Amino acid sequence: MTNEINAKINEIIAKNDSKTAAESGRETNVKTGEVRVVNVSRTYIDAHGSSVEALRDVSLTIQPGELVSLIGPSGCGKTTLMRLIAGLDHPQEGASFLDGEEIKTTHYERGFVFQQSNLFPWETVYNNIAAGLKARKVYKQKKQEIDEYITLTGLEGFEKSYPHQISGGMAQRASLARALINDPKVLLLDEPLGALDAFTRMDLQDKILELWRHRKTTMILVTHDVDEAVYLSDRIIIMTPRPGKIESIVDVRLPRPRVRTDPEFLALRTDILERLHLVSSREIPEFFI
Amino acid sequence: MDKYWKKSSRIWPVLTVAGFLAALISSVAIPAAQVKVNQTPYRILLAVLTTVFLFRYIFGFFNVKLKSKVNHQAQLYLAVSLLIISWDLLTTKTNTLLLPFFPGPAQILQVIVEDYKTLIISTFYSMRLLVIGFVLGTIIGLSSGVLMGWYRQWSYWLFPAFKILGVIPATAWIPIAMICFPTSFMAEIFLIILSVWFPVAYMTSSGIANIPKSYFEAARTLGGGQMFLIFKVAIPAAMPSVFTGIYTATGISFATLVVSEMIGAKAGLGWYINWAKGWSNYAKVYASIVIMAIVFSIVMAVIFRIRDRVLIWQKGLLQ
Repeated sequence: MTNEINAKINEIIAKNDSKTAAESGRETNVKTGEVRVVNVSRTYIDAHGSSVEALRDVSLTIQPGELVSLIGPSGCGKTTLMRLIAGLDHPQEGASFLDGEEIKTTHYERGFVFQQSNLFPWETVYNNIAAGLKARKVYKQKKQEIDEYITLTGLEGFEKSYPHQISGGMAQRASLARALINDPKVLLLDEPLGALDAFTRMDLQDKILELWRHRKTTMILVTHDVDEAVYLSDRIIIMTPRPGKIESIVDVRLPRPRVRTDPEFLALRTDILERLHLVSSREIPEFFI
Repeated sequence: MDKYWKKSSRIWPVLTVAGFLAALISSVAIPAAQVKVNQTPYRILLAVLTTVFLFRYIFGFFNVKLKSKVNHQAQLYLAVSLLIISWDLLTTKTNTLLLPFFPGPAQILQVIVEDYKTLIISTFYSMRLLVIGFVLGTIIGLSSGVLMGWYRQWSYWLFPAFKILGVIPATAWIPIAMICFPTSFMAEIFLIILSVWFPVAYMTSSGIANIPKSYFEAARTLGGGQMFLIFKVAIPAAMPSVFTGIYTATGISFATLVVSEMIGAKAGLGWYINWAKGWSNYAKVYASIVIMAIVFSIVMAVIFRIRDRVLIWQKGLLQ
């Protein structure tokens, strides 16, 4: 029984380190949105004055148009890595690149969706989505796109609502629209569904997939939820804490649309949970008395 | 509707009308001890008030919202009417309270009616001073607050001076302001600006300092530059705090206005008080105080209205 499952897993997944993943490079016709992280280290001094190694010598390449998940226990540097790619934070060693260009500061080409929707509470949903256009000073030229994004994210009728008047799920959709209206080359999703209930979460997972297919944007997703990672990603990057580094990278070769109850889905899920040491490897008895 | 929680009474609104009617009757029926007082304006006012409360009560039967409002306020207005009656009895009717320091309501109203021209001009002068000083003070306070809240260099150089100068009451500068400025009008404007500037600037800069970093990060990932961060994030996010500063400033600016008018000006409600005091005409002092109460309440109401407009996004977010 175990052997069978293992064989299946081996069929589904290939254990690659970052280099081979980059070399094996999936066939894709999307040209831009390649993210490269090269030997990046980042250490923080925490509130108690002790230093925390959030990332140690992390290297990673994400192909254009790829949807990649970062998963791992808290403190493994997932969010730090995202913030470095976004340009919100800077590495002490190493560098990261978008399409060969070094990332030094924030840019609208690297959109960010935060765990808490982080919409501006003083602006309506409409004006929140418009904020990106205003920030880039292209509001007048691209105004008509706002309505498209409102429709795309299913927020019709809530244009004039303020963020506190809509549900958490809607706020995250508005947040997605706000980031996507800038047509980013890579969209960084930092646990965007973490604070939502299970139903809204699944609904939004499909929405993210739909947007991803529609836009062909490179997406990097931070999540705590193995299910979510397997359901959405092309590849899952498993990270370990203290110091934060990449433990392994799992290729998800399941056909889309994926079914959460497929044995293959479940097997892969179990495999990742095991890698995260979340499943006690219980002995299956070989015979019963 | 929750605003009006005292609404299940039948008798109170009737008693309110009765209270004002009683005030009118007592004014007419009881002979005055202070024979010089012209009671007509006072009686007209009471008649008007009685009619207004009567109509509010009657229309309440056709308008549920009005009815609950009338019911809610009934006890309070009844108390007001009783207060007026006793005040009138203690002064105009019996001359119990010492004149000229404690005139009756009829006498104060008489002064307002007789001296309305000077009072209107005084009110106009005070308001002109207040509005100009307040608007300029708010603009200067807001901009220096933003500079201090946003730029470290500005904060480094400006904040220490600000901390020392800000605690000095603006009125302490009156003698110096009177010398430094060519006209007393400019000196008074300066004093009001000074009194508004400190609370507004302080609350603006601390408001900006308390904005969650995440809003700025979101704005930056959207491609927002320095100006976007200041005008589209920092200022709107600090607005609730700015308005707290503006409230504080309102009270202080009223005080500064009145005091500086008393000392240096040749017109205005503060000047009027001082001038009337010189003649020992305390009814005029009270007349000016009554007008201040009305005018300053209107100013406050306007500021509240502006606040509600600007902070409409907070509606439902706070208690």
